[in-house]
Amino acid sequence: MKINGANILGQALIKEGVEHIFGYPGGSVIPIFDFLYDAPINFFLTRHEQAAVHAADGYARSSGKVGVCLATSGPGATNLATGIATAHMDSVPLIAITGQVKTSLIGNDAFQEADVIGVTRSISKHNYLIKDIKDLAPTVKEAFYLARSGRPGPVVIDLPVDIQTQTAEFDYSGEVDLRSYKPTYFGHPGQIKKAVKVIRDSKKPCIIAGGGVIISNVTDELFKFAEKINAPVTTTLMGMGGFPSTHELSLGMPGMHGTVYANMAITECDLLISVGCRFDDRVTGKVSEFAPQAKIIHIDIDPTSISKNIKVDVPIVGDAKNILGQLNEELASCQLKACGKWQKQVGDWKKKYPLKYKKEKDGKIKPQAIIEEIYNQTKGQAIIVTEVGQNQMWAAQFYQYDFPRHFLSSGGLGTMGYGFPAAIGAKIANPQKEVVVIAGDGSIQMNIQELATVASYNIGVKVVILNNGYLGMVRQWQELFYNRRYSGTTLNNPDFVKVASGYGVKGVKVEKKKDVIGAVADILKHKGPVFADFLIEEEENVFPMVPAGEAISRMIGGMA
Amino acid sequence: MKHTIQALVENKFGVLARIASLFSARGYNIESLAVGETQDSTVSCMTIVVDTSDEKILEQIKKQLNKLIDVIQVVDFTKREYIDKELFLAKIDKNKKDREVIDNLVKKYPVEIVEDAVNYYILEIRADRHNIDDILKELRKLGVQELARTGRLAIGK
Repeated sequence: MKINGANILGQALIKEGVEHIFGYPGGSVIPIFDFLYDAPINFFLTRHEQAAVHAADGYARSSGKVGVCLATSGPGATNLATGIATAHMDSVPLIAITGQVKTSLIGNDAFQEADVIGVTRSISKHNYLIKDIKDLAPTVKEAFYLARSGRPGPVVIDLPVDIQTQTAEFDYSGEVDLRSYKPTYFGHPGQIKKAVKVIRDSKKPCIIAGGGVIISNVTDELFKFAEKINAPVTTTLMGMGGFPSTHELSLGMPGMHGTVYANMAITECDLLISVGCRFDDRVTGKVSEFAPQAKIIHIDIDPTSISKNIKVDVPIVGDAKNILGQLNEELASCQLKACGKWQKQVGDWKKKYPLKYKKEKDGKIKPQAIIEEIYNQTKGQAIIVTEVGQNQMWAAQFYQYDFPRHFLSSGGLGTMGYGFPAAIGAKIANPQKEVVVIAGDGSIQMNIQELATVASYNIGVKVVILNNGYLGMVRQWQELFYNRRYSGTTLNNPDFVKVASGYGVKGVKVEKKKDVIGAVADILKHKGPVFADFLIEEEENVFPMVPAGEAISRMIGGMA
Repeated sequence: MKHTIQALVENKFGVLARIASLFSARGYNIESLAVGETQDSTVSCMTIVVDTSDEKILEQIKKQLNKLIDVIQVVDFTKREYIDKELFLAKIDKNKKDREVIDNLVKKYPVEIVEDAVNYYILEIRADRHNIDDILKELRKLGVQELARTGRLAIGK
């Protein structure tokens, strides 16, 4: 039986196991919306396309499944661009479906036409413009395969509206076989042997775990590996929860706002084993002084990540889960060098330079204290979703992450406006979980219209605004490096409680230290969404801090 | 240093744009780029010449090319034996003095006069990496009016 293109797309999505879609309608996708009207797929109408793609992203990161978003041609599609780039930088499996003007009008500067393939070329893993209905089903299949295999990423399908209404047989039986795309999944045995030798020679090993650890579901193998070789583990922003933060071998986050002991361990170690970390400049600081004494083993599924920023001694291309499995097997019978002295040294650093902040009795609420209180009351079980800036760093520093997929944050692109909509996706993927957004008063206003979405679907996301009246991270740089010239960083904020209540969402304002514990309890107890405005110390800074381009051993704050 | 890289790619629309945007997005310079179908009509061959002395950048270029979904294979000719050719068409103003120089050029290099008009000659020149600089020097002396180049083609030995 012949069905139309919108139906073919829909049937393909069902075959791929898609249960939820986030999107926004428009002239070029009406046939798809007609399909969705009574389809066995839950559609969530966000109030801006950017929110739809971030929601699909949060859904994907928190569940490991492919997220799907849908927007119309032209402005709908370009509004997705920021979210596609966000997902691309952080390797999130995502399908972005965009309507396109009809094939006969493409290139004519038609109403709501944009060259979506051109726009998304460098910010997606791959993209497709479908010009023939026969290509539709196989393309969707290929797109899902690409999105979730190898190094995952967003794939864009640009579908002209006339293809949505043409008819064809639906055939989803073909296998995806791309001669030009064959990711490497197992580590080369020769490289594994080399790595084992280097590990056996090491007296001061250190592991740096990145986002690849989460994507590859390698938590158990990493745990076994770290305990076997007795190496402390630092988890990057993207790797948060890939190794339990409360484990004695955990060093927390490295880099610009990392812990002193993580940066010291990297600087002093004789072997650095990177698992799924691409050595972003926020992690490495000054490259020439990064891990200066160490041999480096780099495990990554993406060959381009290897020796891009940091020169590597033993590269191993493949899936982290397989490679750590291979290494664990090889190491099982090995007697390793005693690392007692090194462990004592790392332990001493941890004791001497803990993450801390001034806890005065009076004065305004400290943002760190709010995060710690949320940790205490959620017992570390919540999914924490952050915006970008100081809120993001405090959330990374002062909540302990013992489980993967419990910390969602725009790491690579650093997209303000990510957190709130991403939390919507995370809550839909994990309805039983507490989902808390840690936001700044700047970031939250970049997608504040999503209050309407959480209100209409009663999505119980808890938004905690750390309100300091500034774009805090830039203000911090201005304070430290630009002589306190606060240019463009002061905010005249609305009354967030009133804004929330205007949308029909419970708003809470917290101004005093003594109210924090009770307020957090109330926020968590409430069944539906909550928008909580915490007025915090205005000029609180994120410390420690490595000035941009400095060596990570040169930290401001945290050493005293 | 100039490096000749060959990329075999899917012969589909948009692939050239992907390659070009990879180079521009990452700030790599393309010295020349020649594209054409191979013996297999589903595969195009791109011969790319890049000028870089940085090994790291060269490595990245090759890896990033390979990472593109539509790229089937990348070959770097730098450390291999290969044959390369580039075709020029040059329009040259006619004057008596030049004829002799042009005859010398024809004798010395793979140069052919393909058009002998009233006011100008058109020369067809087959250059390779060994003689290209000399040929260009000679042409400059002749005062070239117009020059069209194919970009380098290469094939492994």
